[in-house]
Amino acid sequence: MNQKTTSLWQRLFGDSVRAFGVVSLIFLLSMAIAPAKNFFSEWRHYQHGYLRMIRNRSDANTLQRHFQGGIQQIWLPELGVVDRCTSCHEALKEASLTDITMQPYRRHPIIPHRLDQFGCTLCHRGQGAATTVAEAHSSTLAWEQPILPAKYVESSCGQCHRGQLPGTPQLNLGRNLLSRQGCVHCHTVRLPDGSAMKATDDPPSLSHIADKTTREWIFAWLKGPQAYAATATMPNFKLSDDEARDISAFLIANSASVQSDNVTIAAKASNDPAAGTSLYGESFCASCHAVQNAAGNMVGGDVGPELTRVGSKVKLEWLQGWLRNPRVYDPPTSMPHYRFTDAQVATLAGFLLAKTDPDLLSNVHLDPATREQIAHGKRLVSDYGCASCHEIAGIKKPENFAPELSRVGSKPITQLIFLPGMPHTLPDYISGKIKNPRAFASGLKMPQYSFSAMQIDALTTALLSLNDRSYALPPSLAVPATPDTDYQPAGKAGKLMSDLACFSCHRINGRGGDMAPDLTWEGSSVQREWLIQFFRNPGTLRPALIRRMPRFNLTDGEINELTDYIMAVYQSPEVDRDSMPLSGYPQGQIELGKELFYGKYGCQGCHIVDTKTDKGYIGPTLTHVGSRLTPAWIYHWMKNPQSLRPGTVEPNRTMSDEEARALTAFLMSQKGGDKKEVAKK
Amino acid sequence: MRAQAALLLELALLGTSCSRNRETAAAPLPAAFGVALIESSGGKQFAETGNPLPQPVVVQVNDENGTAVPKALVEFDAVPGVSFDPGSALTDDSGQVTTTVSLGAIAGRYRIVASTLSKSHKRVELKLEEIALGYQQTLGKRLNEKYCDRCHNSESTAERVSNYDNLEVKPHPFTEGDTLNKMSDADLTAIITFGGPARNKSALMPAWGNTLAKTDIEALISYIRAASDPPSKSAGSIYGRD
Repeated sequence: MNQKTTSLWQRLFGDSVRAFGVVSLIFLLSMAIAPAKNFFSEWRHYQHGYLRMIRNRSDANTLQRHFQGGIQQIWLPELGVVDRCTSCHEALKEASLTDITMQPYRRHPIIPHRLDQFGCTLCHRGQGAATTVAEAHSSTLAWEQPILPAKYVESSCGQCHRGQLPGTPQLNLGRNLLSRQGCVHCHTVRLPDGSAMKATDDPPSLSHIADKTTREWIFAWLKGPQAYAATATMPNFKLSDDEARDISAFLIANSASVQSDNVTIAAKASNDPAAGTSLYGESFCASCHAVQNAAGNMVGGDVGPELTRVGSKVKLEWLQGWLRNPRVYDPPTSMPHYRFTDAQVATLAGFLLAKTDPDLLSNVHLDPATREQIAHGKRLVSDYGCASCHEIAGIKKPENFAPELSRVGSKPITQLIFLPGMPHTLPDYISGKIKNPRAFASGLKMPQYSFSAMQIDALTTALLSLNDRSYALPPSLAVPATPDTDYQPAGKAGKLMSDLACFSCHRINGRGGDMAPDLTWEGSSVQREWLIQFFRNPGTLRPALIRRMPRFNLTDGEINELTDYIMAVYQSPEVDRDSMPLSGYPQGQIELGKELFYGKYGCQGCHIVDTKTDKGYIGPTLTHVGSRLTPAWIYHWMKNPQSLRPGTVEPNRTMSDEEARALTAFLMSQKGGDKKEVAKK
Repeated sequence: MRAQAALLLELALLGTSCSRNRETAAAPLPAAFGVALIESSGGKQFAETGNPLPQPVVVQVNDENGTAVPKALVEFDAVPGVSFDPGSALTDDSGQVTTTVSLGAIAGRYRIVASTLSKSHKRVELKLEEIALGYQQTLGKRLNEKYCDRCHNSESTAERVSNYDNLEVKPHPFTEGDTLNKMSDADLTAIITFGGPARNKSALMPAWGNTLAKTDIEALISYIRAASDPPSKSAGSIYGRD
């Protein structure tokens, strides 16, 4: 053995020439490692594969010309992007490769940005500078951020785009949910522009709750809000019976009656289901409130709370007071002050109280509360952070009750605790946490939400967009959202508009809902007489619309106040209301307008002028348009509808002045004088 | 060979990164067998790439007489990247299985296959097609809902009453592949931009060229191509296992 090694040693290094030769050889081989590694690198194989793939195509010449060998790099120092992805993904910009579905040779789907201006990792994450498949795509010891799964890719749009984008429905939904489901009551979310995300839900104050409901209902609600209303925003805190008993005891004991000059209501709740149903319908309660029908479907809007079992919740006196004037109990509520008569209040109260669920409270039996229970309840209310959402007399709103989420999209994986069997990625952690928050440790306070899989994905997308990069990007790239203004109309009319909660449905000067038309230029748009009639008896302008404005029992004085204000203040600088006459257009011009209406522009496709022949169901009915709109408004609308109401569906037809004038003349001749009934389907 | 292996690895990576609910649990044992598999609901839906379909897919197992078979095993399969929750299940009392389907990361049509075993261990298959929309098509879908659907979709709901029946000249629904596939992108662009008369069609189709941007119109056309049935060639290939 020893002999053999000696002889091998002898043979290799026996004399100096041999030793020199062997050492040179070893040296040569070790010098060759680097070029060999380079030669056999993954990206080179993909490039060869690409060349082989395009060789026999008809467009091979063009593709060959576009091909660049070697390591490719998109370097954008401003954005912190060093992306070598295009070394393997050679064909991202090849429009003719639509038939290739094999990676890495697929072309990039069409997006509004140029790849060479934004790179790859800005949207897809991953390690841009890496030149091997594993290092670029997966998380490694030195790199935590793997490729972002496709379903969350919209989160990257949200790094710069702070507002709603038409092409990112999932991100929009997620952001809405963060505000609407009350996440931001407990979790602070600070955006890169320094503003904090605001909650858009409206959790009720609990300081006067004993006026409204019973302790038994509170108990049942705390145990499972979704058993009372499937659409409830309040999550399930998974309280024990004792906890729910004590919290309900505290809330009732803590509640103070609302001080009001409440007139005692003479009328009792009347029991007339037919009258109740029709008043509920006429008042368009369903525009905001939903009721579950026998088939289990929700019928109605989601602005106000669901009313399916409201009779098992509210007290008669409270309900009557609320219907009479909701602002006594809750001044900033989005519910309008309807000005119902006593008889109407009685009818509606009776109708709503009949919506009960006998099973809801049948098993709730509570003994009178003891002092210890009340004290314990108060402690629980603080522990669970109830005051983060609800106003509760005597309890301060806790600051930073839950972890801040401003940069949750960059949270290091090493700081996370995963559930067994869960993939160790940030998106999986976030969605798992939303799906089942209490599973991650014992003693956690985050309640259980009942989100659908789609909502969880949307929330995860929105949260992933809150990351370090969105702070690091140059501010010039940020596309800010258009936040709601805090516009408040002045004077008596302004007070009246708050009382009627106009902004719950209408938008004016950048504030308000989107259920009803934007009224910013209403004063230029409509005729005074029409507006007065409309306030007295609102009708629908669109035959296919199921919602319309409810009738408020306004006095003549109130109607005048509102009309004067609207006509004087909501004026477009573009439209001079009095620049064109209301009538007296030459017959020839009217005839020309009619021809254009039915011929060149085919307006009858969407609108109705003659109820006998026209069937357009999309736009407003125009049978009475001559007594509704001002001619100057119609003229400008014909010229460019979007300049008056951005985003309106009516297409801009770029009419000549003559055509726009002729159509104005024709439409102004439609005064609806012969009292024809609007076709109803 | 090496490149192929690496490609496979990449595909597998792509697959695992896109499927959260991949079912690895063993399939339950069937207690009954049927002879036919029919679709109850959930075919031909749209979802953004990588996302679950808005409605679950429901299939039903029937016996020779066409009555539903409870406790029969149904398995779902598709290309890697598509995930099912659950991936296999026994039919319920009404003979149905409901599964949530998430589509792959690439826009296009996905064929999913539901299968059940008959008593003689013959595999009975049902093929369904679902459509994954990329960014551009998603944008187009939204524009369609705002501007086009009222007339081009004959289906009426309480929230969105259709105007289709009221029109003298009937518009082509965007699913009408037989007609729309014959029209080139240039034709569609011209009709949307300049109105029906630009290609000798009805003036009831207005010109949208001053209302929609050029990119909007491109997005709309890409959506129309994705929605057409039979599929348009330019919508790309169908991702399915044969």
